[in-house]
Formats: sequence, structure tokens, C-alpha cells
Amino acid sequence: MLNVSIYRYNPEVDAEPFMQDFEFDTQGKDLMVLDVLEKLKIQDPSLVFRRSCREGVCGSDGVNISGKNGLACITPLSECVRGDKLVIRPLPGLPVIRDLVIDMSQFYAQYEKIQPYMINNSPPPAIERLQSPEERKKLDGLYECILCACCSTACPSFWWNPEKFIGPSGLLQAYRFLADSRDTATEERLANLDDPFSVFRCHGIMNCVQVCPKGLNPTKAIGHIRNMLIRNAA
Amino acid sequence: MMDFLARFTFTGPSNWIIQRITAIVMAAYLFFIVGYLITNPALTYDQWSELNNLLLMRVFTLVTVAAVAFHAWIGMRCVLTDYITVRLIGPKANGLRNTLQLGLALIILFYLVWTIKILWGL
Amino acid sequence: MGSLRKMSFDAVIVGGGGSGMRAALQLAQSGYKTAVITKVFPTRSHTVSAQGGITCAIASDDPNDKWEWHMYDTIKGSDYIGDQEAIEYMCQTGPEAIFELEHMGLPFSRTEEGRIYQRPFGGQSKDFGAGGQAARTCAAADRTGHALLHTLYQGNLKNKTVFLNEWFAVDIVKNADGAVVGVVAIDIESGETVFVESKATVFATGGAGRIYASTTNAHICTGDGVGMALRAGFPVQDIEMWQFHPTGIHGAGTLVTEGCRGEGGYLINKDGERFMERYAPNAKDLAGRDVVARSMVLEILEGRGCGPDGDHVYLKLDHLGEEMLNAKLPGILELSRTFAHADPVKEPIPVVPTCHYMMGGIPTNVDGQALTIDREGKDTVIEGFYACGEAACVSVHGANRLGGNSLLDLVVFGRASGIFIEKQLSAGITLKEATEEDIQRAMVGLNKINQSSGGENAAVLRAELQTIMQNYFGVFRRGDYMKTGIEKLDKLRLRVENVYLDDKSNAFNTARLEALELQNLFETAYATAISAEGRTESRGAHAREDFQERDDENWLCHSVYFPESKKIGKRPVNFTLKTREPFEPQIRTY
Repeated sequence: MLNVSIYRYNPEVDAEPFMQDFEFDTQGKDLMVLDVLEKLKIQDPSLVFRRSCREGVCGSDGVNISGKNGLACITPLSECVRGDKLVIRPLPGLPVIRDLVIDMSQFYAQYEKIQPYMINNSPPPAIERLQSPEERKKLDGLYECILCACCSTACPSFWWNPEKFIGPSGLLQAYRFLADSRDTATEERLANLDDPFSVFRCHGIMNCVQVCPKGLNPTKAIGHIRNMLIRNAA
Repeated sequence: MMDFLARFTFTGPSNWIIQRITAIVMAAYLFFIVGYLITNPALTYDQWSELNNLLLMRVFTLVTVAAVAFHAWIGMRCVLTDYITVRLIGPKANGLRNTLQLGLALIILFYLVWTIKILWGL
Repeated sequence: MGSLRKMSFDAVIVGGGGSGMRAALQLAQSGYKTAVITKVFPTRSHTVSAQGGITCAIASDDPNDKWEWHMYDTIKGSDYIGDQEAIEYMCQTGPEAIFELEHMGLPFSRTEEGRIYQRPFGGQSKDFGAGGQAARTCAAADRTGHALLHTLYQGNLKNKTVFLNEWFAVDIVKNADGAVVGVVAIDIESGETVFVESKATVFATGGAGRIYASTTNAHICTGDGVGMALRAGFPVQDIEMWQFHPTGIHGAGTLVTEGCRGEGGYLINKDGERFMERYAPNAKDLAGRDVVARSMVLEILEGRGCGPDGDHVYLKLDHLGEEMLNAKLPGILELSRTFAHADPVKEPIPVVPTCHYMMGGIPTNVDGQALTIDREGKDTVIEGFYACGEAACVSVHGANRLGGNSLLDLVVFGRASGIFIEKQLSAGITLKEATEEDIQRAMVGLNKINQSSGGENAAVLRAELQTIMQNYFGVFRRGDYMKTGIEKLDKLRLRVENVYLDDKSNAFNTARLEALELQNLFETAYATAISAEGRTESRGAHAREDFQERDDENWLCHSVYFPESKKIGKRPVNFTLKTREPFEPQIRTY
């Protein structure tokens, strides 16, 4: 039997959050954490969590699993159960709405701040803008971000300054556009990032790299942005 | 000039560059002093005094102390804005942080003035 | 029950996936007050899971490629019940829509010349079937849907579209004239119910793959648009046509793109035989999806399936080499390692046909206007009501969708709806305001759930529904089986209508949503069952053991399911092309 301990909080009922224990029979299968949550929700329909694609591409079910942020749908029990215990909490650092559901407004606000869209004001050609495979390769490891917030909510700098520090996810996306040969707003983008907080509050802790469920490396991208900013200032 | 200063002191890249340059200056000073002490095991007061009376040495020391001042100012400000925030300790954070920063500035200024006083005996 | 808070917009789009966001983008760019109601944050929509690409004749792989060839493939693929006018519009407008996406920043993979990379997909040909396999599917590695959805969301952010994120549309509000004037929706976070009024209501609510037990679809694909339309008394078309994707990972149901076979992978049975050579000597593994899925099931039924239970086949990729797989199919490597515990670099992936796509839906014209059929069998536009994407049946997919055509459908018809509504709005739309009763009518279902005091849990009923659909309305269908299935559904209906909601709290109550979704699933499933039993032929994805041949004399037409009578009618297929003579039905072989 697996002992699953889940963070519960319903603002209409509970004065404060608490951990609720469930006994769960895995029948010897190496299920995904999301499978466990789904089955527990049949027992207790009031248990609340986000989920959608259940294959690790939509980024809905980022939760803190036995102390480490990850996607419930692609984290097998064999990777996260210690002894017979599984502990599931909401992603840390952002306000909890209910149970495992957090308020991600601050996270999205930082994403929007970096102007996450192509800027190129020259009139587009009749076909696509050409881009060589080498130029395109620079976007690999950047565009795959699924905005699950596992990285930013694992980042102490983001916990401390979520209003001012863009956070690993937003910065990864900032670099995705800086690195795109088709984008022409490099100067403008850098100018928006050169205060002491947006980028430079990254202290290279690298929690983001450790938890990213897509295996991306925000710290490296942040390093690239920092170098661009420094080259620009010098 | 003010423009340059504002840019120089308040942007992320300049802070980052200043931290690295001041760190190099401090390291160089440390290496020099330690090296000097090792190569002069039987150091006398006269020798030490002579060294520190050299104009070049006095400038080196002053530059290093100035580097410590900048380094501490940027570094401590970073620490204060990480930990002494409304988010972490409530509404009193802003007042407390400003007070601490003012204190920090005064201490740094005091050390700077004191250093000049020692070096040039004013 | 007091009156609801009202929010008013020029246009409201229900659904934040590919088609919804493409429509929203068009309208936001023209400055109309547009809102997107979406039950998940937009980038969590199911479009994100699309892998292989978006099919379109942009003449990159082959500079002489022609959109007319793509049109031919699509019509043939549809087994001739795709509307030719709509298919012509899609294939002709496609390149423009793709280039717009590229200009918006979509990170397509590239060729050496710097153009968009295109890969071969099933059912693609050159020169109207005479010129061999074409490579027409534009790809961003094997994450095209993700790249597309994020790009569209980014475009909408740039154009300041209003997003009502994590809002759930409950039901349609109709005015005294029967026109659609908005929806009742729940703000999930607070639980507040709001009347969202609009001059144009666009349903871009996606598919309903969750009516089946085994599906590639996300948990959120619950046919909300179809359910709402049916409850409002509007018909749905060709809803018996469900695509079973040949390669869902056995056990998990997650999708493995057709692009794997496009890049040179192939299916093998337990003897290691490349069995598609027997079923489709020319196209082999790149025959239409319906053909491949049926061949796989036959292999399994005839005892040549793989694994201890012989209940799946293998997709072989290891001969393509690690470097190529890393470059072209990185996402598949990830998925297979996670869900099949098989590393495609070294071993084949266990796959099985899995419910994937709803070809049917709310009938619309090329401008996205939703249609109903009047007593004389004539199309009538439903004022104020539009649909696009998987929720709609425009119909470009007919009885079988070609791989890569769904993403094209999304952007082309999302865009077309936007353009048309923009024109309508600038010409001026006046619809009668909804009365209090009109709004309360849309609240009936929700009120019933909120007041439920007994009955069964939504999850239990959902599982039962999915099992019935899987067992009686799967890849192969049979009249007597389907009749049994319908009887079971009739019994289930009462229980679904009396679903019990124990937790009546307001804040982020997903149990309430699941109860509402269950009712949408049920409506979609029931329409599927009736239509499938009614179509007495085999065509495209609809394969009947008791009627094995295509019957053009009686069934070269759309089925239309009417919710009030729970009966099906017929609607003629459109055979008019603007640019050439229409394509007459042929025997479909690959």
C-alpha cells in the first residue's frame, strides 16, 4: 500500500491548509503520479488539481512531488516514492487557490513582460522569411518551453522577487526571441531587461535546470542574455 | 555625466561588471599583501611603514578600499532587496530596508574617509 | 435565482485552442471587442499535442507542388463526403495562412534553402495520385502543434485579446428569434456564473475523444461545444465519423505521430513482417489512416499481434538511426521512453489504433456560420452562431481526415470565421436582447447539478460511457452490436441526467466541471451511436461488418443528427469547385 499525503486547502471550508493522507493500492504497477491523483479524485471528488494532455506537453499539472517540482503525468512512482510515501504539494512560492491549484498570474505577468512575440516591422515577403537550419538550431532548447512553471517556482530568486525578477521560464522565452534570426527588436528587448532585477537576480542556483520536465536549460539561456547585455553596455 | 552615472550605477550590466572588476582589485591587493608578507618573513615596522608611504602603495590601498566600498554596496543592496521585502516580512520591510541601507551607506562612507585619513594623515 | 452579471462583447470565442485563437487574433487585429472563453489556460489546449505537422502546398519540398493536388488527396481521403467547396478553399488559402503563422514567429524546421521543412504523410500524392508520394506536411520537429499554439497565443498577447482564462461555458443563450446571443459561463476560480453576451458566438471547443476509453485526446476533450449545440436543439453532422489513429502507444493511448512513418518508420506484426505491404501495396504504411488502422486490427484479430496477449503491433524506427531520430522526432523518443518503456533508437514501439479525431461536428459553411436544416431539407444559417476547428464540420475531412489537415483546418477556418464576423460587425449586427427567461433556460442544466441530492458520481458514469463506446462503436461496427450499445446508452442517459455533485463549493470546483463535461460527452456519444447505427454502409473511418461496401447510391451524403427527434437525416455533399470540374467518387485504393 502506498501512503499518499496531499496538500489540501479549500478557502470556503478550511481555516488553513493541511496534509491529508490517503491509502492507495498501486496493484504493483509503476503508475504516473497523475494516475494516482485521478484515481483518488474518484474516491474524493473534492480533490482539485489541473490536468489536460496527460503526456507532458501542455504543462497543466506541475506540482511538487516528494519535494521536487515536476509534471504529475510524466513522473512515475518509481522516481518519486520514498519508502511507501508519496507527498504531493502545490508548486511553491505562488498563492494557492485550492488544493494543488496555484494562482499563476505573477508567473504569466513575467512572461508577458518580455514581449513574447516576434517583432519584425519590415514588410513580410510573399512566402516565409528564410532561415537557415543553423539559425533555426539556435531555437532548439528554447521554444519547447511549456509554461508549466516548475522552474520559476523552484527558483529562490523568483520566490524573493516575483514582481521584479522575470524568472527562468520568462527569461528562457526572452532568449528564444533574442536568438531568433527573424526578430529585429534585439536592442529594444535588451533595453527592457537591463535593470538590476529582471535578469541579474539570477544567481546561478540552477534549480530550474534540475527540475525542468522538458530537460531545458534556463540558466544557460540567462547566461546568454547576460552576455548580450554586458556586450551592449560596454 | 549624471546620465552616465545613473546608467552606470543602476543598471544590471554595470552592477555586474563593477562586482567583477572590484573583485579583481581586491584579489590583486590580497595576493600582493600575502605575497609580500611571505617573501618578507622578518618584517620590521620601518619596512612596513616605508612600503605604505609609497605613493603608489597608498593609491593601491585607496583603490582597493574604494573597490570594497562599491562591492559591499552592490552586494549588500542585493541581499537586502532579496530578504527584507514586504513579501517576506510584511509592510515594515520598506522602512527597515531603507534604514539598513542608510546605515550601510554611512558605514561605507565612514571607512572610506577613515582610510584617506590614515593614508594621507590628514 | 437572481439575475446574472452580464458581460458584453462584439465577439466571443469559446475555446482557446488553435482555431479559437486564430479567430480571436483576426478579430482583435480589427479592433473589435473580442473575448476568448477557455476552460484551461490557452497553451494547455489540446492543439498543443499535435505532433507531425500542418499539411499545405507551400512548394518547399517540391517547387512544383500544387494546392490542387492537395485538394485531390483530401477529397479522396474523405471518401468523397468532404465538401469540395470547403476543401478547395482550405487548400487554396492554406499557403497564405501558413506564411502568416511563420511571420508571426512559428519556429518551423528548415530546409537547406532556408524554407519550411516538409515531410511525407499518409494519403499524400503528386499529380492527382499519379505522381507518387508527396512531402507536404510543414513541421516544427515533432512539436508542430505546440509551436503553433504558443505562436497563436503570443500573437493574441501582442494584439491584446481579452482572455477569460479558466472559464467554462455551460450552455448557449438563445433569444426569442432562436438566434444565439451568447453563453452562460462559470469563472472557475471564483465559481461565479456570468452571462457573456455577444453579437457573434464562435464555438472552437475542439473534439470529444474522451467518449472512448482509449484515446489520444487530452482529458479536456469532452465535446463541450457539440453538447451545448445539441442541448440548444441544433443538429450535428457526420458525427459517426471518428478517426482511430493507427499509432497510439499501447496501454497509455498517447499519440505517436504519423510523421514517424513519414520519415521512414513502418509497422510490423509478431513475425516481423511489414504487413502494410499486403493491404496497401503502393502507399504501404502511408495509406489513409482508416486503412492502416483497420489493417492493424485485422492483423491482431488474425493472431499476428505482438506481446503476450497479441493485442498490439510494433512501429519500427530503429533502422533510421539515432541522429536522425534526435533531429526529426525528439518528442517521440521522449514519449516512447516514458509511456512505452521502449527506446525507439533500439527497439520498436508497441502501438494500437486509438481514438483520435472527430471528423463530424457542428455543420458550418465556409465562413464558419453554423447551419441547421429546415423542414424542406435546406440549409439555414443560425444567426449569431459560428463554429470552427474540430468542433465544426465544414466539412473538409468527410469520412476520414488526412494527417496534417487538422492543423490546417484550424488556422484556415479560424481565420475565415474571423474575417467573416469582422465584415458582419462592420456592416452592423442587431440581435434581439436575451430576456431573463432566455438566460434562465441556459441555466437549467447547471441548476439541476447544483441542486442534486442523490445519484452517481460523474467519474463512474464517465467510465461506463467510455466502455460502451469502446466496445460497441469502435474501429469495426456491426448493426446488432450497435443496437445493444444504444440500449445501454438509453439506460445510462437517465443516470447521467441525475449525476450527483456532492461538493457544492465555488472555488475551483472541478467536480462540478466534470459533471457538466459528462453531459457533453454523453450527448456527443449518443449522437455518434445513432448516426453510426443509421449509416448502413462502410465509408472512411466508419467500417461496418454487416455493410462492408461503400454505398454511393444511398450514402454519398452527410448524416445529420437531430437532437429533438434523436433521429438522423441526410444532407447533400457539396460538389462545386470554383477552379475546375468537381472530383467524382472513385474506388479508393492506396
